[in-house]
Amino acid sequence: MTRILFTLLLFMALLRPAWAVLDITVTQGLEGALPVAVVPFLRVAGSTPPPVDLAGVISSDLARSGRFKPYPFQDLPARPGRAEDIRFRDWRLLGSEYLVIGQIEAVGGNRYATRFRLFDVLKGVQLSGFQFVTPASGLRRTAHQISDIIYRELTGEPGAFNTRIAYVTEFSGTGNKRRYVLNVADSDGYNAFPVLESGEPLMSPAWSPDGSKLAYVSFEHKKTSIFIQDLARGSRQRLSAFPGINGAPAWSPDGSRMAMTLSKDGNPEIYIFHFASSRWQRLTHNAAIDTEAAWAPDGKSLVFTSDRGGTPQIYQMPVSGGRAHRLSFEGRYNTRASFSPDGKQLVLLHGDNGNFRIAVLSLETQDFRVLTDSRLDESPSFAPNGSMILYATVKGAANILGAVSVDGRVRQQLAVEKGGVREPAWSPFQ
Amino acid sequence: MNKWLKNSIAVASLLLLVACESTLGTKDDTAAAASAEKTAGTTSSTETAKAKALVGSAIYKGHPLDDPKGVLSSRVIYFDFDKSDIKKEFRDLIEAHARYLASNSSASVVLEGHADERGSREYNIGLGERRATTVRRQMVLLGAAEAQLQVLSYGEERPAVQGHDESAWQLNRRVEINYQSR
Repeated sequence: MTRILFTLLLFMALLRPAWAVLDITVTQGLEGALPVAVVPFLRVAGSTPPPVDLAGVISSDLARSGRFKPYPFQDLPARPGRAEDIRFRDWRLLGSEYLVIGQIEAVGGNRYATRFRLFDVLKGVQLSGFQFVTPASGLRRTAHQISDIIYRELTGEPGAFNTRIAYVTEFSGTGNKRRYVLNVADSDGYNAFPVLESGEPLMSPAWSPDGSKLAYVSFEHKKTSIFIQDLARGSRQRLSAFPGINGAPAWSPDGSRMAMTLSKDGNPEIYIFHFASSRWQRLTHNAAIDTEAAWAPDGKSLVFTSDRGGTPQIYQMPVSGGRAHRLSFEGRYNTRASFSPDGKQLVLLHGDNGNFRIAVLSLETQDFRVLTDSRLDESPSFAPNGSMILYATVKGAANILGAVSVDGRVRQQLAVEKGGVREPAWSPFQ
Repeated sequence: MNKWLKNSIAVASLLLLVACESTLGTKDDTAAAASAEKTAGTTSSTETAKAKALVGSAIYKGHPLDDPKGVLSSRVIYFDFDKSDIKKEFRDLIEAHARYLASNSSASVVLEGHADERGSREYNIGLGERRATTVRRQMVLLGAAEAQLQVLSYGEERPAVQGHDESAWQLNRRVEINYQSR
């Protein structure tokens, strides 16, 4: 028996990929997190059991947001699967304001029909209800879609559970032979897969607006190139391999152009490549470092990092070119800015007294807030719904990812089992 | 040669040897390089480097680039945070390599620019390039040809030393002179 168990464990260990899943934990949730009862979905009698515990995925989605407090399954007073089986009194006694129930049924062809309903317990009314038919392989996605519906219904904002994260991991391998892997995983860290592995550094992953492609920087052949890789097909094309730096790719919101940094003229300048006409447009003309361009959501301007004033700061410029004006004035080091989805704020990397932290600058009020208290943060970006900011940081000696809500009240930590993880990029809505 | 002179040369060589070991690091000897940064201000590394070059050429019979005691064996230049200006103690090292390139037209190097891990990655790529470009400009002024000097910035992607404090960072803010051909 022991032997079988051991063999099984060994087998599982072998199956576990080297690009192990991101382990996400909430390190700080909202004090007034909303209690929600998510009941394990009822399997229709005689039906093949689904490979995914949908209620489990939904519960952990809601908990991870820091805004909800789902009950452990064993604390639930009942397990209704159909609306007519609900006794609202049970749930009022539990203290839960909202209740989620569902049913799942195998419908042939390895597909499942999932029905779910969200109820307001106090009023005893249904707030939302949907039915999905999905292949077994898509059930986690269905669960995330249900989480998104619940989140939107209860917070008034779109959820970002059915999204993905790109990130770079580094392994120091034998003989000091480093290995770099560009990965993509679901927003909850599951379904991680390697997009590209290389013995040379991989940098700056950037999502296409439709979420189907990643642009990134690769040092293969001991020079920098920008590649665009199709995630479903795995095929890729080299977009740029000029002498010097080819870096910081950023897709325009409509996907028709790519901003990037090229140093072919002697020092780093911002360029825009127009896909339809294959035209290169130079934006900056400056002896300083100009880099890290990010598009405004309306596509009319870019922000970028420049040390033309002596220290690296954030500047904004129309995409047609022209004068750049400085946006950041707090301290001597502000870099890597990007817009919130509503365009009203910038998130950036702020250096102060030897600490490098994530800060938010309001473009309306000029209010400047530092959100983290670590010392080596970098690469911040907004979730597509604007609720959280994902960034890379160092904890102890380990390179991990962190996420913080814009109000600083919710915090998460994302780590991989082996190696360091960095350069996170949250996908757009899919 | 009288006995006294012989002895003093032996002592002087020994002293130089010790000084070389503690003040100028090679790419593979990062610990020595660390102390180079710390002691650079107190010892006269300029004179040490010149003396070293002399000692090297006087005694060593192999290729000057292989002479472990020659100034050409030092191939890393270190920088301050967010800075790309060349510190005084590295001028002789740069000059020696520039002279070597000038008199060996088939020789070529890649100047590899690096930054420490602090701050943003793409800005650090720019910073690493600026450091390498500064070294290239100096070498061209000192007689090397542009075609002999290639610049490549790794930013913070390829640290020489792992670690999250100044003892690692000071060794990672660097330009490495990597000979492709001699």
